[in-house]
Amino acid sequence: MFLTQNLLEALESLTTNKLRSGLTMLGIVIGVGAVIALLAVGQGASATISGSINSIGTNLIFIVPNRSTDITVRRPLTLQDAQAIGDPLNAPSILLTSVLYTVGPVKVSAAGQTVSMSIDGVTSTYADVRNLTMAEGDFISDTQMTGRASVAVLGTTTAENLFGTSSNLIGETVRISGQPFRIIGIQASKGGSGFTNSDDVIYIPFTTAVSRLAQSTDGAPDRVDMIVAQAVSANAVPQASDEIKQIIRSRHNTEVGKDDFTLETQQDILSVTSQITGVLTIFLGGIAAISLLVGGIGIMNIMLVSVTERTREIGLRKALGARRRDILIQFLTESATLSVVGGFIGIGLGAGLAYAIGLIANATGNSFTPVVGLNSILLATIFSATIGLFFGIYPASRAAGLQPVEALRYE
Amino acid sequence: MDDWVIELEDIRKVYRMGIEEVNALAGLTLRVKRGEVLAIMGPSGSGKSTLMNIIGCLDRPTSGTYHLDGKTVSQLADDALAEIRNKKVGFVFQSFNLLGRSTASANVELPLRYAGVNHGRRERAQKMLRLVGLGERMDHKPMELSGGQQQRVAIARALVNDPAIILADEPTGNLDSRSGAEILDLLLQLNREQGTTLVIVTHDPNVAKHASRVIRLKDGCIEEDHVSDTKPA
Ligand SMILES: Nc1ncnc2c1ncn2[C@@H]1O[C@H](COP(=O)(O)OP(=O)(O)OP(=O)(O)O)[C@@H](O)[C@H]1O
Ligand SMILES: [Mg+2]
Repeated sequence: MFLTQNLLEALESLTTNKLRSGLTMLGIVIGVGAVIALLAVGQGASATISGSINSIGTNLIFIVPNRSTDITVRRPLTLQDAQAIGDPLNAPSILLTSVLYTVGPVKVSAAGQTVSMSIDGVTSTYADVRNLTMAEGDFISDTQMTGRASVAVLGTTTAENLFGTSSNLIGETVRISGQPFRIIGIQASKGGSGFTNSDDVIYIPFTTAVSRLAQSTDGAPDRVDMIVAQAVSANAVPQASDEIKQIIRSRHNTEVGKDDFTLETQQDILSVTSQITGVLTIFLGGIAAISLLVGGIGIMNIMLVSVTERTREIGLRKALGARRRDILIQFLTESATLSVVGGFIGIGLGAGLAYAIGLIANATGNSFTPVVGLNSILLATIFSATIGLFFGIYPASRAAGLQPVEALRYE
Repeated sequence: MDDWVIELEDIRKVYRMGIEEVNALAGLTLRVKRGEVLAIMGPSGSGKSTLMNIIGCLDRPTSGTYHLDGKTVSQLADDALAEIRNKKVGFVFQSFNLLGRSTASANVELPLRYAGVNHGRRERAQKMLRLVGLGERMDHKPMELSGGQQQRVAIARALVNDPAIILADEPTGNLDSRSGAEILDLLLQLNREQGTTLVIVTHDPNVAKHASRVIRLKDGCIEEDHVSDTKPA
């Protein structure tokens, strides 16, 4: 009842001096607009970055030989290491392991086309661990693995390079280093994610790669280039890493502090990037908050001027029976109206700005979508209302504290 | 038993300007009957406005007691005084003091808003405006009204809460003699018809002529108190 009346009166009083109210509001508009736009850009950027990291797999641990020259005694990682890690009795936090052994580059030919590329020897679990899906046929099976079968799974790019198509190729033959391999599957396209094209690959059984293609086995026939372990969950990665270190250290008899292997996880990258984007968002938000603060001081300034200008009006209202609280509410309503209306305009402006930034980013090839979240809208609304109230309190209580006689006499 | 609406007892008002003290009111005692028309006269600086401020509960006396309409109000707190002003006192100022942004009827509604009246405010305001002869000008803003009309709006505003007393500090001071006379007639008519107690500060002997009682102030004291025989209260 009184609220609407107060609001109407505040609007009436603010519209009598439109230019002044508009300019005062501008401070809040710019502040809130900046907060909304910068938060949207920050959130969009971090969503894009963590999204591309997540697609690699946040629960994976990559184990590779330690290339540091400090390590003098070095044992290679082997298939047996991978199997030991994959044993749930040894390492309960690990779901699956697989290995990667790369040969080449070697000559690969089919249908009259010849290309030179590396060949990946993997175990049957590799598809599950790396989240590979098949467009056609199947991935390498356990039987093919133990039987050293001459079978191959091709990526779509490789298939197209060799055959000019990536469909209906099951059963076709591809020659790798002159030896015939039967195609049993085509891997579904993963899309080029940055520096490597994960569609330009050929997978063959690890055993086949070692026995048929390897130049020399360095006296270690089960040597692998990399073990990939999949933890039971992303949260279990630290625990799983500890288990892996224990197992390989005891298998390799490494000296303390001289591991001949290193672990890489996506979590490290993820936490670093989320730290960076977090700091960036806070930094941008801080700048925006400062402009909001300046807007708030602008409101306080104008409200003080307004109280002085309207001293007689305040005296009259008091003579007619206005209590302290009535005057306080009147002026607080005005300052809150200024800042909330400014806040809403600012939200619109900020959302538009974020949208424009998104368009520019997409046009320049950096695909990311700024996110104007409900929480940042809520935050901006509450924040601007609070600023209006906070910076309105001092002028309003000055008005409310005026003595009627003196206020009425004011010229 | 007389029905006193205003009872002032030994009222003092001292203004301190640094070390200097000004006794604006120096132990003034005054009783006003309900329905009286009291004119307060006196030279400039004699304390007329100071007295009006205390009668109107805009200010507190330095010492002394004041009963308004049977209630002791001399030492009430600010918000309590605001409520007394709202319910018991109607002000008419020399310079009208209307809100320029609001229409005549919104101006008259204002005391009702502070009284917490939520329903029928507009109707009551319009009734008052018709009473003062401004039925045709309800939605005009003060800028669009003549001085005499503005003062009528102020009188309607003073009346709207049905106060015990109406205080007018030189109500005709900013008006030409014709509209001044009309305003005076209106106030006297309201006193006759509604029985409203009127206290008018004036320099105008013509105004004083129509009062039922005239007091003359000098240096914060009542120098002369004259009850007219021709105009019984
Ligand atoms: N706020 C104040 N501070 C100091 N002195 C004051 C104040 N208000 C009034 N006075 C003094 O009190 C005395 C009475 O003033 P008051 O305004 O009541 O006179 P008045 O009779 O209304 O005069 P006028 O006819 O000019 O309006 C004067 O001497 C004035 O200077
Ligand atoms: Mg005076």
